[in-house]
Amino acid sequence: MLTVRKEYLTITAPGSEQLLDSGLSLSPVTIAYETSGTLNEARDNVILICHAFSGDSHVAGVYKGESERQHPGWWDCMVGPGKGIDTNRYFVVCCNILGSCMGSTGPSSINPETQKPYGLDFPMVTIGDMVNAQKKVLEHLGIKQLHSVIGGSVGGMQVLEWCVRYPYMVRSAIPIATTMRHSALTIAFNEVARQAIMADPNWNKGDYYHSSYPDLGLAVARMIGHITYLSDDAMRRKVGRKLQDKEDFSFNFDADFQVESYLHYQGSKFAKRFDANSVLYITKAADYFDLADTVNTRESLQDLAGSHSKFLVISYTSDWLYPTYQAKELVQALKRTGQDVSFCEIEADCGHDAFLIPDTRLTKLIRGFLNGIDNSQTPAI
Amino acid sequence: MVSTTPRHLRFDLAVIASWIKPDAHILDLGCGKGDLLAWLKEHKNIHGTGVEQDKEKAAFCIERGLSVLQGDLKDEVRDYPDGYFDVVILSQTLQQVYQPDELLKSLARIGKQVIVSFPNFSHLSIRLQLLFKGQAPKSRQLPYSWYDTPNIRIITLEDFRRFSKDVGYTIIKECAINTQDQDRNGKIVTFFSNLRATYGVFLIEKTKYSCPDPLPPTQYTPTL
Repeated sequence: MLTVRKEYLTITAPGSEQLLDSGLSLSPVTIAYETSGTLNEARDNVILICHAFSGDSHVAGVYKGESERQHPGWWDCMVGPGKGIDTNRYFVVCCNILGSCMGSTGPSSINPETQKPYGLDFPMVTIGDMVNAQKKVLEHLGIKQLHSVIGGSVGGMQVLEWCVRYPYMVRSAIPIATTMRHSALTIAFNEVARQAIMADPNWNKGDYYHSSYPDLGLAVARMIGHITYLSDDAMRRKVGRKLQDKEDFSFNFDADFQVESYLHYQGSKFAKRFDANSVLYITKAADYFDLADTVNTRESLQDLAGSHSKFLVISYTSDWLYPTYQAKELVQALKRTGQDVSFCEIEADCGHDAFLIPDTRLTKLIRGFLNGIDNSQTPAI
Repeated sequence: MVSTTPRHLRFDLAVIASWIKPDAHILDLGCGKGDLLAWLKEHKNIHGTGVEQDKEKAAFCIERGLSVLQGDLKDEVRDYPDGYFDVVILSQTLQQVYQPDELLKSLARIGKQVIVSFPNFSHLSIRLQLLFKGQAPKSRQLPYSWYDTPNIRIITLEDFRRFSKDVGYTIIKECAINTQDQDRNGKIVTFFSNLRATYGVFLIEKTKYSCPDPLPPTQYTPTL
């Protein structure tokens, strides 16, 4: 079993502060990250994995002294020795995103000026800011070249951001179940989630770290999120109209249907592990994300020597959060700019979250694609 | 790198492969499991992309390290820059295309040359079947019944010669072949090809217009 350790890099910009896309500044910045596998001598067998909205740096393996059941990595089915992303061959890096609450600096971190958690004093961060912070971690590890950048959902947005910000570092990219920009539908769901948090009286304009947490609002936000991660098919198959522990309706507002109690469970489970303000910041960063214009220009996707990254775009049939038509828009933009792009839609009835579920098709696609990346394609910088 | 290259390329594909120059940019429409692309990548160092509608086959191609887009070929040919490919290959696919004229016109935009191959419907055995049995013919190359065939177009070598001219192409090279052993082996047919060939393979190029007195750009309207 792969054993990993969570590590932290704290960046304090000397004399000045970390500048963000918004023009605001933030310092110090701490990024939690984990690595697995061995960095080769040329330092070019690196795969950067970008996690989705509520994920963390713990992509694979277990922490020392913990069992597999206690705390497995969120993509343990894909990453590890001999797996789709083989840690016997590749050095895998995964960073917790800026603005999150799983070890990296976010709204729940201590503001050095006030010695209290930032709350809403935390500056707005973008997907680009998250990528810049990850680049600092790679610099710290002495990595200048990525064999591949891989991620799903909001992680897929980071993958695309990597390709346009640092094309000279990226040899290949696998954006999964993602989009170049949110549709109005997706922004609408995110806004309802944010409003649910902000409507909780405990939220207190983001200043709740020394009193009761807005757990109810956060739970409702997660329930909305969960509906968008599933699909009509998946819900019909999982629970349908079945009742929860009862024979008949209660004729009151208790959870009668299994789907109600399932959502309650998911909501309260999430409220125990995630920070409400982080949900506000990360969903807003995802809503702001828009690479449609950038991806449509050839120059933004190639390095100085004119070399391109190789892309594998993957979508799922039942994903209604980032439907296949959005993946196809990305593919079309990449084709128009002459990129080497592959695309495959995978049949799955479990909705947006399908990429997190063990699936031999995805494993074989990723393994084969990574095998086909020629190390000599990108000139060394 | 590409790990699984076919040892023996099907005869019609071998003819196509022999026409491809090293290091060329290739688009293979209806690439199936990617045998031709894999062979060309290994032996001619081409930069290739395939298009395949079937999800299983497209995934198989990506798994073997090829660049392949899973999708409908009439949509997938749309977004590439003009003249992006040296050669676009349409192997054993034309007979399944709903609007072959539209497709060939879009191929003229994205490819400098196009290779088209298709089963020859005027082969002697097919003619005899129709003549003596009075039923829709079946052959090894066209094994389906009329009600379940994906081959909605019936094409002969002679039909294609006329068609390619009508849609604005000039034939650069053509090869009529007769195949055996599940099409693994075959030979080139030179006499009475429209009767004896099981397949036709054509290399075509957009017709170049020669104007002795160059017309102003506004009046110059190519047919493509």
